[in-house]
Amino acid sequence: MLQTLANPKTITSSGIHKSPTGIEGLDAITLGGLPAGRPTLICGGAGCGKTLMAMEFLVRGAIQYGEPGVFLAFEENPVDLARYVSSLGYDLEALERSKKVSVEYLKVDRANPAEVTGEFDLGGLFIRLQHAIDSIGAKRVAIDTLETIFGGFDNEALLRAELVRLFDWIKDRGITTVITAEKGDGPITRKGLEEYVSDCVIMLDHRTANQISTRRLRVLKYRGSVHGTNEYPFLIDENGISVLPISSASLDHQAYEERVSTGIPRLDNMFEGKGYYRGSTILVSGTAGSGKTSIANFFSAAACKRGERALYFAFEESPSQIKRNMRSLGLDLQPWIDNGALRILASRPTVHGLELHLVNIHKQVERFKPSIVVIDPMSSLTAMGDVMEVNSMLVRLIDFLKSQGITAMFVSLMGSPGSMESTELGISSLIDTWIQVKDTEFNSERNRLLYVLKSRGIAHSNQIREFLITSHGIDLMDVYVGPSGVATGSSRLALEAREKSQNLQLEQEITGMRLDLERRRKVMEARLAALDAEFKSEEQELKRLIEQKVAHHRQTFEDRRDMARSRRADIGPLNGSSKGNSI
Amino acid sequence: MNPGGGAIKASPEASTTRETFLFRLYIAGRTQRSMAALDNLNRLCEERLQGRYSVEIIDLLEDPKRARADQIMAIPTLVRSAPAPFAKVIGDLSNGERVLTGLKIGKAL
Repeated sequence: MLQTLANPKTITSSGIHKSPTGIEGLDAITLGGLPAGRPTLICGGAGCGKTLMAMEFLVRGAIQYGEPGVFLAFEENPVDLARYVSSLGYDLEALERSKKVSVEYLKVDRANPAEVTGEFDLGGLFIRLQHAIDSIGAKRVAIDTLETIFGGFDNEALLRAELVRLFDWIKDRGITTVITAEKGDGPITRKGLEEYVSDCVIMLDHRTANQISTRRLRVLKYRGSVHGTNEYPFLIDENGISVLPISSASLDHQAYEERVSTGIPRLDNMFEGKGYYRGSTILVSGTAGSGKTSIANFFSAAACKRGERALYFAFEESPSQIKRNMRSLGLDLQPWIDNGALRILASRPTVHGLELHLVNIHKQVERFKPSIVVIDPMSSLTAMGDVMEVNSMLVRLIDFLKSQGITAMFVSLMGSPGSMESTELGISSLIDTWIQVKDTEFNSERNRLLYVLKSRGIAHSNQIREFLITSHGIDLMDVYVGPSGVATGSSRLALEAREKSQNLQLEQEITGMRLDLERRRKVMEARLAALDAEFKSEEQELKRLIEQKVAHHRQTFEDRRDMARSRRADIGPLNGSSKGNSI
Repeated sequence: MNPGGGAIKASPEASTTRETFLFRLYIAGRTQRSMAALDNLNRLCEERLQGRYSVEIIDLLEDPKRARADQIMAIPTLVRSAPAPFAKVIGDLSNGERVLTGLKIGKAL
């Protein structure tokens, strides 16, 4: 009896035909949808969304894929079903009138099962199903909740035989069918229906942790097809069911060479003067009041200035508060908001569960198509679930943003300086650039410090920098290294002053030496001048003496010649004496 | 209805039992089981409700829409539509005791 109904000849090892459900995310996990023309089992506990999923499968099939569907309802009353359909944005009555969806109610009187007076079968069920299918030309059927039937009839063996017949009947007609079933304690479903539906089994789950409930979905098996095997969180909101991840979770995103500015010129300098890589993931972590939000806002404003779009998720401050605070730093966000470059979406983290936030982020990103996304702070989200869960969510979110080529900045509040939150540890390997901001308390004052903890692919500065938040933005200060590391605040000012006075002293010394040199030169020159003057006077004296001597000599000679002439003596030439003249 | 009801003709119950019973027998085609159910029903009625019953046979293969009204899933199904209370039994009606119990018809009839 309990043999599975595998029908191997209709199952091909690859390329089986699939029917898209139209449910966001589910078709991605199943790589195309549910097995076409075959039954799929959706099982889960009470209130986990089975009926809605079955109905969404039908409604979306009818509207998006032109496949009318029959809803075979064993449990819900018409009012509830109509409400489900209207929650998807459609009117059940209108769908029924236009023959897109037909609902067939099968009331099983569990309290008062009909007396069995002999042999019977469930021919009535088949006839009704066939009739409903024929009346609208249905290609899809949802049966909710099939095992209710066990409450209406005593003969379980016969019921099981009839279910086998039902599933064969469905396969023979090639109707894509979804069957919902209650989750059991031991086996997958309470009545072991998975034994009959061997093609595809989807498990839904609804767990509550820290008073926040999380719905999860898992494809338990999918014969003949590859499928995601993880537990995927899903949520039910005004658009029906959305399963995460929407499309990502692979590591094939493109790495960009392009760089994007941090929005703070001197911070850009710490990243080779160019800023972050486009499409990278940046974590700005720090203690309270250390300036994380300001850094994030300058980053998103820089994107707006470049003509890109920035999407800012604020979980702690309202948009108007952010705008006011940034105005005090000389950053006016209003023009960017007005021209549609910047969108600030603020919500309290506690209004939704973690997965609803993440789905919301997905949706907003897909709608707004930003190049920059800021999540401020991420720690508000991570406080909402257990570490494992949060990490897997963040991994998917980061993968998603990377796959879209979005440069993402996560702001994270740290408890005490130096300590790291477990979630930060968990995602640190996913972070490309990690900027740590912190307060230091020294000299009875607090100052802000910033350093780049890591930055993949960038020869980043390893210096710890002090920065000031002033009325004209964020300034990174020059580096002054004091006896105990980088000097900040007043000790930096003191070092600056000391350096100034040292400079002054040096300048004075240099000036003094220059003056001294000048003086010495002047002394030397004066001495030279005096020597020259002395020489010149001596030269003059000597020349005068020489003249005298020459004159005297000539006089003597002339006198002698005159005397000789008078004595009529022989007069010789003035040999040698003419030379002496020139002396 | 009083299941252990008295069999005295003068009792008020007896007056209700004088009403005509209306039955609907749902079948799907003239199968062996359907025919057996019809035979069993006729025999039982002749034994217990002579002249005070009427049976409508509904073949769902011919008129599938009618399955909705009485919420028919099992074939065959016999419905007691009058007098009150409404009652339903399933199967080929071969177990007469169960038919009577299921249809809430007293033994003494």
